Amino acid sequence: MTDFVLSVRNLRVEFPNRHGTLVAVNDVSFDIARGEVLGVVGETGAGKSLTANAIIGLLEPPGRIANGEVRLDGERIDQLSPEAMRRIRGKRIGMVFQDPLTSLNPLYRIGAQLIETISVHTNYQGAQARRRAIALLNEVGLPAAEERIDNYPHQFSGGMRQRVVVALALAADPELLIADEPTTALDVSVQAQIISLLKRLCRERGTAVMLITHDMGVIAETADRMAVMYAGRIVEIGSVRDVITKPLHPYSVGLMNSIPRLDSDLETLAQIPGSMPRPGSIPSGCAFRSRCQSAFAPCATLRPELMTRGASKVACWLYGDAPASGEAAQ
Amino acid sequence: MTIAPLVLVDNLSCVFDVSKPWLERKIQGLPRQLLVAAANITFSIGRNETFGLVGESGSGKSTVARMVVGLIQPTSGDVVIDGISMSDRAHLVRRQKFRRRIQMVFQDPYASLDPRWRVFAIIAEPIRAFDLADGKAAIQARVGELLRLVGLDPADGRKYSHEFSGGQRQRIAIARALASQPDFVVCDEPTSALDVSVQAQVLNLMSDLQDRLGLTYLLISHNLAVVRHMATRVGVMYLGRIVEIAKSEELFHKPLHPYTRMLLDAVPQLDVTGTRRNPIEGEIPNPLDPPKGCPFHPRCPHAYERCRVEQPQLIVRGSSAVSCHAIEDGRI
Repeated sequence: MTDFVLSVRNLRVEFPNRHGTLVAVNDVSFDIARGEVLGVVGETGAGKSLTANAIIGLLEPPGRIANGEVRLDGERIDQLSPEAMRRIRGKRIGMVFQDPLTSLNPLYRIGAQLIETISVHTNYQGAQARRRAIALLNEVGLPAAEERIDNYPHQFSGGMRQRVVVALALAADPELLIADEPTTALDVSVQAQIISLLKRLCRERGTAVMLITHDMGVIAETADRMAVMYAGRIVEIGSVRDVITKPLHPYSVGLMNSIPRLDSDLETLAQIPGSMPRPGSIPSGCAFRSRCQSAFAPCATLRPELMTRGASKVACWLYGDAPASGEAAQ
Repeated sequence: MTIAPLVLVDNLSCVFDVSKPWLERKIQGLPRQLLVAAANITFSIGRNETFGLVGESGSGKSTVARMVVGLIQPTSGDVVIDGISMSDRAHLVRRQKFRRRIQMVFQDPYASLDPRWRVFAIIAEPIRAFDLADGKAAIQARVGELLRLVGLDPADGRKYSHEFSGGQRQRIAIARALASQPDFVVCDEPTSALDVSVQAQVLNLMSDLQDRLGLTYLLISHNLAVVRHMATRVGVMYLGRIVEIAKSEELFHKPLHPYTRMLLDAVPQLDVTGTRRNPIEGEIPNPLDPPKGCPFHPRCPHAYERCRVEQPQLIVRGSSAVSCHAIEDGRI
């Protein structure tokens, strides 16, 4: 049971409003082992970031976890008080967000922000905390850390800021790091630096990582396993190699084929017709069926659960015994 | 004899004065500060061709796009489109009529469409401005036709832009650009605000429209895979300068300039081979204080003495051009 750093079971996130309830994340289950990187991909609105926010207890009201459980090292954290959650965030779960400029306070020197995090969550205090902050900045590859620790965030470039954010996230040696689009705001050359930094630090410390991104290339280079999300659910989960080279779910297949590649000269890109349904208007049965070319009878009425197929799991009737249409009607 | 190119960008430069106000400068004894956003940019685009311009943020891609369409006045240099100079006073009257033939599609479809206007009004505005259709019925028919052209329904014209998804908004922006029947469309990061599956739809639409309407594109993007997919020729920019121009296949198979190689090497690949890439150190320098000599030399693995003092010129070799001392001297 405690093999996994993070276990999410049947997570459901709802947003009640005056017209009813929007289900933004539905029945999401996954585990992340020690030292493992799980990549989560999907389009805008697929529920990637909401899943992460639910795990760290940062859902914006009225959003709430309606069902399911989140376990960190086997211990349930989804029902903790906000006060207890605050002690876990930053200490046991580190976070890196998309825009490094908004995750740092512009009015404080980066040293002050690091030292605050270190002295709240660890036993290092005062001068010791400062030494630890400098050591961390050196570790994330910030040149001349000893002088630059007293600079303000605006004095750093985008890539250097994101390094500072990584240092902040790792300050208390968390068991789990949640990185939500950590490289999306950065240029490709800097992106490569941050990816290799994240990979190295997490391997060295055995930190489990949940890496959310819409850039399939980043996942391919960084993650061990990946989950594909569509309309609030995981539609496919498996090893990165399997999902990228042999995707099973028609949505994953479409997604892989729609990416322009540097190493091929296709005339036209494969495109998935239409767009993802918004929460609130998700059709019955399989949410992808209206865009799916292989949709058949059971897809319209029965929602496919994740079924094991080789080493992967996929939620598609193509890969499981769909109940006969008579049963489906019931 | 080749056919004259549709667009000729000739030695275009743009310098922004970002100095402090005069009094403050005098009191504090500060020098004038000039930001060279683009320096000596020269390229041409043939009819029906897609010219891609790539580079990291701050490399001056968008400044060049804006100068080409005339949104920014160049400090020096000229843009000649179909034989008409964009800076020559003699062409003033012809130029105003000519503007119709150049259009632009912007990066963020959430910002480039007026939220208070219905889609019909957004697309009809260029038609009215250039007097391209007579009477309400004709305008209505033309807008309907344009909406169908980009894969939307003519009935969508009654809606406001916030009722559409990002990909659909970008289709509306494309329909607006096409409303004035342009020959030349400048696309500044047309898909970088979109998801990959939607990006594929928009890129396919752009190629399809190019074939059907004989459009010429200037495509600005930081996404190398997108540029490779769309462009026939590509220019690579670094710190306001073009460092390499080549045919698309050549550039992506045999990149010459060390910066191009580095960029191509830095793109995460999908092949899951586990091969380790060697990330290049450093970031694009501050354009207010560019390095002397070759602007890329502090990050370049092949830099030597000459690169630190002398600025390399763009030297044409065959169908491509590259500005690098190391290549000129045969060191790499």
